[in-house]
Amino acid sequence: MATELLMPALSPTMEEGTLAKWLVKEGDTVSSGDIIAEIETDKATMEFEAVDEGIVGKILVAEGTEGVKVNEVIAVLVEEGESADDIAAPAPKEDTPAEADATHDSAPAAAKPAAPVEVVSKASPDFPEGTPMKTQTVREALRDAMAEEMRRDETVFLMGEEVAEYQGAYKISQGMLDEFGSKRVIDTPITEHGFAGIATGAAFGGLKPIVEFMTFNFAMQAIDHLINSAAKTLYMSGGQMGAPMVFRGPNGAAARVGAQHSQDYAAWYAMIPGLKVVMPYSAADYKGLMKTAIRDPNPVIFLENEILYGKSFEVPDLEDFTIPFGKARVWREGTDVTIVSFGIGMTYALEAADKLSEEGISAEVIDLRTLRPIDYDTVLASVMKTNRCVTVEEGWPVGSIGNHISSVIMQRAFDYLDAPVINCAGKDVPMPYAANLEKLALVTTDDVVAACKEVTYR
Amino acid sequence: MAPRKSPSKPASQANVSKDELLAYYKDMLLIRRFEEKAGQLYGMGLIGGFCHLYIGQEAVVVGLEAAAKEGDKRVTSYRDHGHMLACGMDPNGVMAELTGREGGYSKGKGGSMHMFSKEKHFYGGHGIVGAQVPIGAGLAFSDKYKGNDNVTFAYFGDGAANQGQVYETYNMAELWDLPVIFVIENNQYAMGTSVARSTKSPSLWERGAAYGIEGEEVDGMDVLAVKEAGERAVAHCRAGKGPYILEVKTYRYRGHSMSDPAKYRTREEVQKMREERDPIEAVRSILLTGNHATEDDLKAIDKDIKSVVNASAEFAKESPEPALDELWTDIYADEIPQHTA
Repeated sequence: MATELLMPALSPTMEEGTLAKWLVKEGDTVSSGDIIAEIETDKATMEFEAVDEGIVGKILVAEGTEGVKVNEVIAVLVEEGESADDIAAPAPKEDTPAEADATHDSAPAAAKPAAPVEVVSKASPDFPEGTPMKTQTVREALRDAMAEEMRRDETVFLMGEEVAEYQGAYKISQGMLDEFGSKRVIDTPITEHGFAGIATGAAFGGLKPIVEFMTFNFAMQAIDHLINSAAKTLYMSGGQMGAPMVFRGPNGAAARVGAQHSQDYAAWYAMIPGLKVVMPYSAADYKGLMKTAIRDPNPVIFLENEILYGKSFEVPDLEDFTIPFGKARVWREGTDVTIVSFGIGMTYALEAADKLSEEGISAEVIDLRTLRPIDYDTVLASVMKTNRCVTVEEGWPVGSIGNHISSVIMQRAFDYLDAPVINCAGKDVPMPYAANLEKLALVTTDDVVAACKEVTYR
Repeated sequence: MAPRKSPSKPASQANVSKDELLAYYKDMLLIRRFEEKAGQLYGMGLIGGFCHLYIGQEAVVVGLEAAAKEGDKRVTSYRDHGHMLACGMDPNGVMAELTGREGGYSKGKGGSMHMFSKEKHFYGGHGIVGAQVPIGAGLAFSDKYKGNDNVTFAYFGDGAANQGQVYETYNMAELWDLPVIFVIENNQYAMGTSVARSTKSPSLWERGAAYGIEGEEVDGMDVLAVKEAGERAVAHCRAGKGPYILEVKTYRYRGHSMSDPAKYRTREEVQKMREERDPIEAVRSILLTGNHATEDDLKAIDKDIKSVVNASAEFAKESPEPALDELWTDIYADEIPQHTA
């Protein structure tokens, strides 16, 4: 009986990949454990092992094919005596019931296929009109930003788990060890508390460390140094010494990684005086804000997102492109309601604005980009125009960024409000693993649409 | 790289000059008199919050500073007044920080536990037990990165020696050959818990062996022994051989902080240590028996130090409280708009 070989999912967020190379050909006998193909994800090239034994009857996806969807049939194994000719080409996977399950199983928060996102508004230009643009993923933009700054300043170095020889757990630092050597791209043992402290000491000593946390969930082991050592020392020393450094890494939910790997720390860090906190959405912002973060003379918390790493955007093709902190970006202009978000929340905010426009509701979408400092003026000016506001974030609802924004709007634009501000946030629960529950726990586009309708009384 | 056996040998006095002995005597006495004065000012309500005195432990920092050179760095815990005086920071600035005044090293914003001096390479003054240990390794990392031969002294107590981050740091410091001297000031009590009640390890320095770090135990009541051990440690680090551990056995005469009734040890225990092992008396006795100084010479020194300490107390009382707008300065190294609406 023929066995179908399916394109495997090789990471929590993978939806498709490249079939880089077949290591077997039709007619070859394979046994369980044999490596039969190499598959490239956006993070790494992985070897694909045979689980069953048999003869390679037919290869259905040629090597070099990009964008092969997870669960697509890539080859068929036959048994001794069976002929490859007996095998009818399988129907396209979309038509099979199995695909419905696969879709159901796939990450609810996973990124859309990588079509560049367009800026609808030019209201917050970070670069002159007519600047040449190139398409880049967030991952590439981050790497370029770090590499450019390391070329510019000898005192900048990168340390963290798997940043050097492994090329980055999420492939952010790919190629950096080769370019800068092991003195400046440093693999650490899995000891966040210790290496965050060492990096802080190095910053006191005059260097500019970039500390990568494999995820910010693990930075909880190190948070004493981020706050007590890095953020407070300038104040405690009467301005004599501080910690010019960047703590960066993925933050918030990836997909199906459960409660201990899915927390959004935006509101936690945004509370701390002495820190600057950045949480970008687009690749251009990742690049321009990371370069600013590295040059900043203060400790900067740079909150990234694993799902956004593989997403493509237009990035200005400039030699030295930076974006100042504390300047929000208006992604879409509108008149009926202001949607304020940041980071991956922007995905839902922009999708919601599209849906709302189909129903005749014009939403203005603001990306805060930095959470300390926050660009209140842009938010307030917009709320004074639309008279309604909905905030969107992935983190928990109690003590959230949305709560804070609401309070500021209440104090400074109360008379302009035609409806209470609604905060769309993650649900007040630890992140569940089950796909359906995880989907329920996260903020969704539909939540944002519903909130916007509520504040516009539609 | 087997850890060396602890020599625990008494220091030789043969190679020590009269000038050196006098300098150690003065430096230790300054710390003692300064701390006694701080205790008084605390009692008068001029110093607030926590105040941890260094009385009894003076030989540790004075001995190790004698082994340091310009550019070497030091970082310690909240029991930090002695370290600051020993590395040459101004007693006026230290005392005025204790009273929370404008003339303090941190403009009154740090307090007893949080003082720094970029000029003297003193990196704090840390209030979180053990946090200064990776920071010290990080300072050493910066020197190695820059390619100079400076070393960092990272001081911590026997209590901090049980912290997880200390061992994370040992591991990386040895892995990366960082020029850091881990100085365990074992004063035998972590607040009210004796070493015997917090660990079954027979010695703290020997734990470095698990990471391949060399070290030794030192008699911390003998300033000459501390200095000699410090020189071995410094030579090891400057030669690029990585970190070194000194477990300095010392004793704090006063309570953990000003509010500690010290019921966890007997009066007799403290008294015996003061009478038999006092580090300042030991040097005084060498100076007198070796005919390096007369009673009158030492009296004159005492008088000078008293006047320096009294002047620092006067300065600390006279210096104004920080201006109210200092509340909002030094939060960021550049100007950013206030976060609140």
